[in-house]
Amino acid sequence: MINKVYPSPQAALDGLIRDGITLMVGGFGLCGIPEKLILALRDSGAKNLTAISNNAGVDDWGLGLLLQTRQIRKMVSTYVGENDEFARQFLSGELEIEFVPQGTFAERIRAGGAGIPAFFTRTAVGTPLAEGKEHHDFEGHTYVMERWLKADVSLVKAWKADTVGNLVYRKTARNFNPMMAMAGRVTVAEVEEIVPAGYIDPDSVHTPGIFVDRIVRTVSVKRIEQRTTTPRA
Amino acid sequence: MPLTRDQITRRAAQELRDGFYVNLGIGMPTLVANHVPAGMQVWLQSENGLLGMGRFPYDDEVDADLINAGKQTVTAVPGASFFDGATSFAMIRGGHIDMAILGAMEISEEGDIANWMVPGKMVKGVGGAMDLVAGVKRVVVTMEHTTKKGEPKIIKSCTLPLTGKACIDMIITELCVMHMRENQGRRRFEVTELAPGVTRQDVERATAAEIWWSPDLKAIEA
Repeated sequence: MINKVYPSPQAALDGLIRDGITLMVGGFGLCGIPEKLILALRDSGAKNLTAISNNAGVDDWGLGLLLQTRQIRKMVSTYVGENDEFARQFLSGELEIEFVPQGTFAERIRAGGAGIPAFFTRTAVGTPLAEGKEHHDFEGHTYVMERWLKADVSLVKAWKADTVGNLVYRKTARNFNPMMAMAGRVTVAEVEEIVPAGYIDPDSVHTPGIFVDRIVRTVSVKRIEQRTTTPRA
Repeated sequence: MPLTRDQITRRAAQELRDGFYVNLGIGMPTLVANHVPAGMQVWLQSENGLLGMGRFPYDDEVDADLINAGKQTVTAVPGASFFDGATSFAMIRGGHIDMAILGAMEISEEGDIANWMVPGKMVKGVGGAMDLVAGVKRVVVTMEHTTKKGEPKIIKSCTLPLTGKACIDMIITELCVMHMRENQGRRRFEVTELAPGVTRQDVERATAAEIWWSPDLKAIEA
């Protein structure tokens, strides 16, 4: 039987990371990011990476760490407001960025995982993000064609895995992880708990194990970007 | 007296209906949640994957895995659901969300909106704004009528890069309420309500677009 469980984040990335590859990295802000796999990716020293991720982390956590070390050449993202180093590299031309509307971002990744090379959407029609792209009318409305996104390696974060790779996510830490798990040629999942096969109710599986090649258990830091609270009366 | 930000969002809350699924933008629109009428159930959608967003958590309830699209810690109300980004935007792009309330930098007289980038300044990205204006059934803008320098934001055609074309249905500012109307193939905003003490001249001075006036002009109650 193939063993999908790896002993460390470094071991889980062994043989997968090379200069110039394209990676998908799950998470929304710092919520649901594969934080220890990102550290292992940094330590691999790989350069000229393309990172497909909703955001770019903050200066000293998440993908921001790989910007500090200049390992990322291009980002495909929807919003990158929280990162000063990102702004500096972008304005100086060191870093290439492709901005994508968030719904188009999610759907392009889903399409990549589902074998759908392109689709049409109304989102961004008439805006700079639709310029130069093919348009088509359907039932009286104009739509723009968007292409799939795929990755050499997808790094995702889940709450729980079983030993055969079925994944369960927790709350809003799910975000883009399920689609990215489908769109990676190889997918590595960082999880908080690994249980034996059969211990996750098949009705409760979010990502079926077919999409997951490697699993590693870590202890998450789970940094919070905006701690907002209600005072107790 | 022009409306305060609190009154603008209170007036926006009057557009909500029982059972509505609503997405509130970051900034002033977020305040609309404070004015949902008692006895009405409104489901707040947060596009990072939460339907049924509740208040901010108490200190001992804070959960790093439960945030909103502004990356703030939040809670989920009874009946809430969590889902992935593709499902979230299927709600938005598939026309399942009843209303979005957003801010804007510019709005054209035909209802185009610009609210995501200023040329020459650092572009942070567009997030979900283009999906919301293209896909949600009814798009309401709450904003100040003019820029901080006093320049009109409702103008003939947008000078900033667009977020969406002909997609704004209603505008609520400190001066007035406007609804998009169509008449013989032309689309313009019609002023239907004025803030107390605000005159037609005040609105016209602060607007650089052709606007229509309702024959049944009312005072804003907020």
